[in-house]
Amino acid sequence: MKSKKKKSRLPFLAQAGPVSAWMILFVTIPMLFIIFISFMSRGTFGGIIYEPSIKPYETLMDPVYFKVILKSFEVAIITTVSCLILGYPFAYYIAKKPPETASRLIMLLMIPFWTNSLMRLNAWMLLFQTNGPVNNLLISLNLISEPVTFIYTDGLVLLGLITNFLPFAVLPMYASIEKLQKSLLEASADLGAKPSVTFRKVTLPLTFPGIFSAVILTFIPALGTYTITDMLGGGKVLYIGNIIKNQFGATRNWPLGAALAVLLLLITALLIFIYTRFSKLDDMEVL
Amino acid sequence: MDNKIRNKKTRKHRAGKVLGDIYAVIIYAIFYIPVAVMIFFSFNNADRNYYWQGFTTDWYVKLFDFTNKDLWMALGYSLLIAVLSTIISVTIGVLGGIGLKKFEFKMKKFIGLMIYIPIIVPEIVMAVAMLIIFMTIGIKLGLGTILIGHCTFCIPYAVITIKGRISGDNETLQEASMDLGANRLQTFWRITIPTIMPGITSSAFLAFTLSIDDVVMSNMLAGASQSTLPVLILSMNRTGITPDVNALTTLMVAFMLVAMLTVNGIQRARAKKEKRLLAESDAIISANKK
Repeated sequence: MKSKKKKSRLPFLAQAGPVSAWMILFVTIPMLFIIFISFMSRGTFGGIIYEPSIKPYETLMDPVYFKVILKSFEVAIITTVSCLILGYPFAYYIAKKPPETASRLIMLLMIPFWTNSLMRLNAWMLLFQTNGPVNNLLISLNLISEPVTFIYTDGLVLLGLITNFLPFAVLPMYASIEKLQKSLLEASADLGAKPSVTFRKVTLPLTFPGIFSAVILTFIPALGTYTITDMLGGGKVLYIGNIIKNQFGATRNWPLGAALAVLLLLITALLIFIYTRFSKLDDMEVL
Repeated sequence: MDNKIRNKKTRKHRAGKVLGDIYAVIIYAIFYIPVAVMIFFSFNNADRNYYWQGFTTDWYVKLFDFTNKDLWMALGYSLLIAVLSTIISVTIGVLGGIGLKKFEFKMKKFIGLMIYIPIIVPEIVMAVAMLIIFMTIGIKLGLGTILIGHCTFCIPYAVITIKGRISGDNETLQEASMDLGANRLQTFWRITIPTIMPGITSSAFLAFTLSIDDVVMSNMLAGASQSTLPVLILSMNRTGITPDVNALTTLMVAFMLVAMLTVNGIQRARAKKEKRLLAESDAIISANKK
């Protein structure tokens, strides 16, 4: 009897065991530890002194850092809204195609992302150089007389962010539009609703989970990025991600870096909590 | 009158369709322009890529002179990491995907939530959290820590892909296999694995592409060890990227495209063969019935 019970535990341990252990060891524990560290003191030469302190969080309120935080939020919000506005019609366009064509179109969307992401960002730099193709074109069209400085500006960073995160907005919205039942739209039209009314009262509310997934999958990574801002902002434009990274490089203020990371964690947790109020996490269509 | 309205409607409809097509082309252009520029600048006759200075194929030749050792070392290291993290994360992902679908246990909900953390939380947060732990415990940064970092964001995608692949059919087949006398391991290898094979290939592909393109984890968790290719590119950005990097990344995407098309072709051929066999067996069964 006992051996039978033992035997039936084995497949369970072999299958659910590794993933559970991995997630607890390398996700749960590091996350808890970084929260713990954010309430500790900074050592004189970097590192951590285990004395409780709320100094890291006070430092976040310091105008120098607070400005960066506000700016990062502003940029992340602009990125998210742009991705939604650009992405929704595009997702709609794909979803209305026959399934075979739609899956091809989605594939076509993914292929550019197999190229090195930094080289794609670098390509935007090459296009927008001071004497580069875009400036030359604008001058030859007589739209400008002097080359405009695009590189290392917020505008170019924004372009990089939007082009980088747009597919992550398109995919979940596409999935939810595709699931939308045609009969509901027809019913709405039959009952005399204009297409614009049907869109506002039927399509938009029913695809809201997809829209909110898109918000989560663009806003949070946009808020935490440092490679895009580093490549296109040339390190001149600082965002939360750059500040966190710097605390573990030259600046060596671990608790401050941890506090900023906890801020990002809190925002993530809040958005996920809101999402789970009206939809299941497993329906998020992150792929 | 009625006809006129209908005409107007179809015209409006058609105009909308054209507008939609134009819009889609613009969006695709936004995605493909940087790729085209990247490829274009691999033919640039300049020491470093800032401006276009004329056409040359020299960079492809120079690439295979292996004079730029740093670049090849970085690529080798990236490939090694990508292959290892693909193997580890797909293995754990397949087992975990099946396990999380099949079994009920206390922590299941919690683990299900944890799986979404590496996907949603900014990578810098994950990287920094791991870095602090490794530094505190005193684990030396290097290949091992990079692998742990990469697997942590690859495993969730694998688990989710595999979980989505397992359906009710799968369980019926498994039960049938066990009833016919196969043991658990035989059933796993000969029934479960083949039925989720498309999920395995797509999660392997995803893990590989995520790992080989990763900058943040590789940068934070590398310590003093060799740089991966993306980390090398990030460090070159300030001083200007040499066109041989463009040549290399162009070849890499070409290779991926070929690999993807081949895998797709094989899968399609296999599906076709299966369909044919099924039709044949159906024919035999119905002939026997007569």
